[in-house]
Amino acid sequence: MKVPVRPDPAAAAAGGQARLRPGLLAAALLVLAGTLLGSLLVGAADLPASGVVRALADRVPLVSLDSGLGPVGESIVWELRVPRVLMAAVVGGLLALAGAGYQGVFRNPLADPYLLGAAAGAGVGATLVIVLVPDGLGFVVPLAAFVGAIGGVLLAYALGSTAERGGGAATLVLAGVAVSSFLSAVQTFVQQLSSEDLQRIYSWILGGVGAADWRQLTLIAPYAAVSTAVLLAHGRLLDVLSVGDDEASALGLSARRVRLMVLVAASLATACAVAVSGLIGFVGIVVPHVVRRLAGGSYRVVLPLSLLGGAAFLAVADLVARTVVAPAELPLGVVTAFVGGPFFVAVLRASRRRVET
Amino acid sequence: MTVAVKGLDVALDGRPVLRGVSLDAPAGSWTAIIGPNGAGKSTLLKAVLGLVPSAGAIRVAGEDIAALKARQRARLIAYAPQIPSLPVGMTVFDYTLLGRSPYIPHLGRESAADLAITAEVLERLDLVGLAARPLDHLSGGERQRVVLARALAQQTPVLLLDEPTAALDIGHQQQVLELVDRLRLSDGLTVVTTIHDLTLAGQYADTLVLLSEGRVAAAGTPSQVLTRPAVEEHFGARVHVSPGPDGRPVLSLERP
Repeated sequence: MKVPVRPDPAAAAAGGQARLRPGLLAAALLVLAGTLLGSLLVGAADLPASGVVRALADRVPLVSLDSGLGPVGESIVWELRVPRVLMAAVVGGLLALAGAGYQGVFRNPLADPYLLGAAAGAGVGATLVIVLVPDGLGFVVPLAAFVGAIGGVLLAYALGSTAERGGGAATLVLAGVAVSSFLSAVQTFVQQLSSEDLQRIYSWILGGVGAADWRQLTLIAPYAAVSTAVLLAHGRLLDVLSVGDDEASALGLSARRVRLMVLVAASLATACAVAVSGLIGFVGIVVPHVVRRLAGGSYRVVLPLSLLGGAAFLAVADLVARTVVAPAELPLGVVTAFVGGPFFVAVLRASRRRVET
Repeated sequence: MTVAVKGLDVALDGRPVLRGVSLDAPAGSWTAIIGPNGAGKSTLLKAVLGLVPSAGAIRVAGEDIAALKARQRARLIAYAPQIPSLPVGMTVFDYTLLGRSPYIPHLGRESAADLAITAEVLERLDLVGLAARPLDHLSGGERQRVVLARALAQQTPVLLLDEPTAALDIGHQQQVLELVDRLRLSDGLTVVTTIHDLTLAGQYADTLVLLSEGRVAAAGTPSQVLTRPAVEEHFGARVHVSPGPDGRPVLSLERP
């Protein structure tokens, strides 16, 4: 499957080398910072923007400001809004980065972070806990989703590797499809047995970061940091891998080793995201695509910009989710698809002419 | 011998593809592997690259290939496959730079020297004007030159080319093979190619190795190997073989 990618205009200026230009990186960081700040200023409680900014500035070391929000307002900002916005950004960044990683490994722009069974595995884990464990222990749902996601990917990888020496990319994808449908069947079956839990199961599946708090953030932080670092370090190697296993091997690269490293890191990132936010679709495919359209196809550019773009995208999506029908909320997964779908079509249409020339 | 293959057996999925193949390519020579479809020509190149498991001895530049790590091997042998996969959107420069992979630290980035070598190779192959062009916007002849550029950037003593002229018209076939020959002579490269066109093979190679059903059926100079009975026996083709202006054999088909 090949999707045309617009050549990087910056590459032409630099004699054909496609690299992440500092200007582009700075622009992406600015967009992200603006998005995060904007998301912090808006919420269910009607707090004055200046007060929120002061409350945030007050937390900067050596700065002391009176926000004028009062203790309730301050704790709304610090205990509700900040963790929620950060969580949306972290989850969006991880999913987009993992999606880009999967696409590089499988040399297929339609690969997404759930390709190898992470979603179905997490679904089984979360559903089992919701159905079997007493209500008071709901906090183990993220753990079960995490374990389920990792388990699903491991199962697919084990099956794919035994079916073909060295675990070829196509065989892995097929194993992922098999594992995904099997685990989905298990999940559906368990769910049908216990119709009184349907509401909770569905609300988990549709995804959201409404329950985000500092504890969850610190729990996933180490895994998120490690997987992000590993994925970002593999940009050049994924570019080499894009010529195929045999040629990459003739260039001195073990395709299998690179694939395994990237898959492990991307799956860990996906499992983190799924554990704290449920199943949020679309981010992992759309964001890397938009990045490719705007900045070229080299993974040295796609990976870091997907991380930043995914973070900004999901922060905005969550802002929409909690404001459009306030005080009620829309499921985040619904918003990403609802906003992302038309947006993606618009990007495809806008860049079509340039791609075909 | 820069490339020395002795008693090579290769089986793919339990089916023997090569049996007892031996081949000697002295430094700076051009060896063409010919043979009918399915004779195992591409597999022989892949075995030398270590891409398929094989039994027997393969030595390149004095080193036992099986004992080398992939990166060390990639500093000895460069390879251009029959159908190279050209990543959509990648520029000619970045593609050529991939040839520097065996010299770049695993998780590191390319050095200024890598960039300079890449630029130099592009200049030698007259590709500077195309450096920023994406691979999918190239003609067939340009594409083949770019694949050669990547192989040259590897700075290896040995070049393995799988059907370098397969998709080219007669003019570009000549252009690419002349280019390979020029590079071979100036850099002292040892070239091993598979090639379908027997006359072309006879015109450029010092040595021909005729593979048939996984075995070496004949090996030697073009006029020793390209004989009417050999072509009839192994290709099932009736040809007229006549000496060309430089004494090398020229084949023409005879209607039955």
